[in-house]
Amino acid sequence: MATAALEFLPAPLRSFRLKTKQQELLLRVSTLALIYVLAFIVRLFSVLRYESMIHEFDPYFNYRTTLFLTENGYSEFWNWFDFESWYPLGRVVGGTLFPGLMVTAALLYRFLRALSFAVHIREVCVLTAPFFAANTTLVAYAFGREIWDSGAGIVAAALIAICPGYISRSVAGSYDNEGVAIFALLLTFYLFVRAVNTGSLAWSLASAFGYFYMVSAWGGYVFIINLLPLYVLVLLVTGRYSMRLYVAYNCMYVLGMLLAMQIRFVGFQHVQSGEHMAAMGVFFLLQVFFFLDWVKYMLNDARLFKSFLRITLTCAITVGTLALVVGTASGYISPWTGRFYSLLDPTYAKDHIPIIASVSEHQPTAWSSFMFDFQILLFLFPAGLYFCFKRLSDATIFIVMYGLTSMYFAGVMVRLILVAAPAVCLISAIAASATIKNLTTLIRTKSKSPQASSGKTTGSKAAAKGAVDQSLPFQHNAAIALLLGAFYLLSRYAIHCTWVTSEAYSSPSIVLAARGHNGGRVIFDDYREAYYWLRQNTPPDAKIMSWWDYGYQITAMGNRTVIVDNNTWNNTHIATVGRAMSSYEDEAYEIMQSLDVNYVLVVFGGVTGYSSDDINKFLWMVRIGGGVFPVIKEPDYLVNGEYRVDKGAAPKMLNCLMYKLCYYRFGELTTEYGKPPGYDRVRGVEIGNKDIKLEYLEEAFTTSNWIVRIYKVKPPKNRS
Amino acid sequence: MPSATSDARVLIQSLSRAYAATPTNLKIIDLYVVFAVATALVQVAYMGLVGTFPFNSFLSGVLSCIGTAVLAVCLRIQVNKDNKEFKDLPPERAFADFVLCNLVLHLVIMNFLG
Repeated sequence: MATAALEFLPAPLRSFRLKTKQQELLLRVSTLALIYVLAFIVRLFSVLRYESMIHEFDPYFNYRTTLFLTENGYSEFWNWFDFESWYPLGRVVGGTLFPGLMVTAALLYRFLRALSFAVHIREVCVLTAPFFAANTTLVAYAFGREIWDSGAGIVAAALIAICPGYISRSVAGSYDNEGVAIFALLLTFYLFVRAVNTGSLAWSLASAFGYFYMVSAWGGYVFIINLLPLYVLVLLVTGRYSMRLYVAYNCMYVLGMLLAMQIRFVGFQHVQSGEHMAAMGVFFLLQVFFFLDWVKYMLNDARLFKSFLRITLTCAITVGTLALVVGTASGYISPWTGRFYSLLDPTYAKDHIPIIASVSEHQPTAWSSFMFDFQILLFLFPAGLYFCFKRLSDATIFIVMYGLTSMYFAGVMVRLILVAAPAVCLISAIAASATIKNLTTLIRTKSKSPQASSGKTTGSKAAAKGAVDQSLPFQHNAAIALLLGAFYLLSRYAIHCTWVTSEAYSSPSIVLAARGHNGGRVIFDDYREAYYWLRQNTPPDAKIMSWWDYGYQITAMGNRTVIVDNNTWNNTHIATVGRAMSSYEDEAYEIMQSLDVNYVLVVFGGVTGYSSDDINKFLWMVRIGGGVFPVIKEPDYLVNGEYRVDKGAAPKMLNCLMYKLCYYRFGELTTEYGKPPGYDRVRGVEIGNKDIKLEYLEEAFTTSNWIVRIYKVKPPKNRS
Repeated sequence: MPSATSDARVLIQSLSRAYAATPTNLKIIDLYVVFAVATALVQVAYMGLVGTFPFNSFLSGVLSCIGTAVLAVCLRIQVNKDNKEFKDLPPERAFADFVLCNLVLHLVIMNFLG
C-alpha cells in the first residue's frame, strides 16, 4: 500500500523508496530519538517554573562536593577531610561518600568546557539526572529487545521515559545518587543477561564494569550483589544451568568484587559483610557444581560417580558450613546493617533505630502510592508475568525475579518504588507489546482469509487456517475494539504521568509556592534568604546549630560550619542536639557552650501554614535525644498522649528551647483574619505561651514570612 | 572399609584414564589453573603465619590468583571442542577475551596492592 502511494510522487523522489526493513529501521530509530528527547524534557518542569537550582537537602551536599572536585582536582577530592560539618568531629568525606555521581558530573562539565561551552557546574549538576534518565530509556530498549523482541523494547523505553516512580527521583535539580544509579543498575542487569545469553567473557567484563559504576554511585548496589546469586541459584535448582552461566557469573563476580573494593566507602565489605556473603557462597557452590559436572562427564559411569559425589558433597558442605559458622560467630562476618535489616524486618527500625524510622521515605508504601507512581502498569505487571512464564528462558526468568523481589521491597519502603520502576516497566512492556502484536496479527490474517478458505482442496494447513478464521465471526471487529481500548489506556497513562510530574514531583522544596487571595502565585524564598543572610552577616568561623535536615543546605549555601547534617553518621551527636532543643533554656545553654555554638536556626511554619517545620518534627528530636540521654522523656512533652502547643500543653513543652525559639514574639502577630494573635496556622490553635523571654539567646534574623528564624547565642556574662 | 579404598582406587584409575584422553591444549590450561590455585593456597598459609595486615595487599594477591584461575577455566570451557554451546566461537576470540579480562584484572590488582 505504501508502494502504491509512492507512485504519485515525481520521478526523482521515487528513488528514495525504502524497502520494508529500512522503513522499519527508520521508524525504530526515530521513535527512540523522540523517546530520548521526551524523557529529558518531561523532567524540566521546575526549571521552567522557578529557575535552574538544586532541590531538596541531599543534593546540596552532592553539589558542594562536585564544586570541590572541579575546583581542587581528583586527588584532593579523594582525600578530603571536611572540618565544616559535624563540628567538632569533622567528616572524612573522601571515604564516606559514593563518588560516582560527582565524578560523572565533573567529567560532563570538563567535556562541555573542552567544547568551549562556558557552562557553570551548577547547570551541569541540575541537568545530570534528566540526561541519565534519557540514557536509561536506551538501555531499557536494549534490555527489552534481549528479553522479548524489539517491539517490547520500544514500549519499555516509552514507559520508563515517563514513569512517575522514576521521575520522582530524577527531575532536573534532583542531583542525587539515584538519578545515575538507576541507569547503572539497568545497565548492569542488561549486560549480565547478555553475558548469560551469549556466554562471552567480553560481555561479563562489561557487566563487571557496569557493577563498578553502580557501586560507585549508590549504596543500593547490595540489591545487585544479592539478586544475581539468587538468580544463579534459581537456574541451578530448576536445571536450566549451562556453561554460559558459569562463565558469566564467575567473571562478573571476581572482577566486579575487585573493582568494587576500589571505592573507599565500600572497602572490604565484599569479603567481610553478611550482606555480601550470598554472592561468595554461590561462587563456591558454582565451582563445586561444575567440577562435579565435569567429573561426571569424564567418568561416564554412574555407580562410581555416585560414590565420588557422596564424598565431595559431604566435604564441601562441611567446609562451607564450618567457615560460615566460625565467621559469623567470631564476628568476622559482620551481620546485616540496620539499614538493610529493616528491609527484611520492617518493625526493626521503629524499636531500635529511630533515625531510620523518622525519615518519611522509609515508611511502608500505601496502595495509593503504588497507583500514583505506576497507574496502568499495576495491572500490566501480572499480565507481563504471565507472558514471561509462557516463554521461559534465562532472560525472562531473570526479569521475573527482578520484578518480584523489587516489588516486595517497594512494598516495604516507599523510596524503593524507584528500584522497582524499571522492572515493572519492562514486564508491562512485554504484556503490552505481546497483546498489541497478537491483536494486529488477528486483524491482518482476517483480511487474507477469503483467499485461504476458497482453496478447499488444498492441504491441511489451509484447512486449519480456515477453521481458525471461522471460529470467531466478529474477530476482526473485536480486535479493532481491543486495540482502540489499549491505545486509550496508554494515552491515559501518558496524561496521568505528565499530570503527576507537573503537580507532585516538580517542587524544589527549597522554594515554596502557594496561591494568594486573588489566585496569583506567591513564592516563599525564605530558606535561601536565611542562608544568604548567614553567609553575609556572620563571622566566617561561626558554628550553626540546627536540626540535621538543614545541615547540607547550610554548608552549601550559607558556607558556615554546622554541628550535625543529613549524613546522620553519628547518632550521639544528633541526640545531643535533640537534647539541647528539648531542654529548658539554661540546660540548653550549657550544651551549646560545650559545642561552641554561635547561632541557632529553626524552621517555623505557623505564619504561612508550612507543615514541615521543626515543631512538627519536634517529637522525633525528643525520641532521638531520649534514645541516648534518658533524662529526656517523651511523656513529659505530651498531655494524655496528645501532642499540643496551646494553653493545655505540658509545661516542659511550653518552656523548652524549641518552643521558645519558634514562638518568640509570635504572640503579638495576627496571622489570620478573625483569629486571635498568636494563632498557629499549622497546628490550628492559639499558642499557650505568648509572653516568651529569652535569657541566653537573642533574635538575629527572621525571614520575611517567618519560615526560618536565626538566633545568636550570647557569650557568657562577665560576672557569674 | 576395603570396599571404600578399592572403590577409591577404581575411581582414581578411571579418572586418570579418562583424563589422559583430553587434548594437550586443555591440559596446559589445567596445569595453569592448578599452579594459580597452589599460589593462592601458599599466600593463605603465609597470611596465617604473619597476620592479615595490610589486608588489601593480601586480598589483591589471593584474588589475582583466584581470578586468573577462574578466567583460565572459562577459557578452557570456551575452547573445549566437546562443548556444543560454544561451537561457533573461534578459539582466537576466546583467547583474546581471556587476555583482555586478565589485563583488567591485573590493572585493578596493581591499584589495589597498595
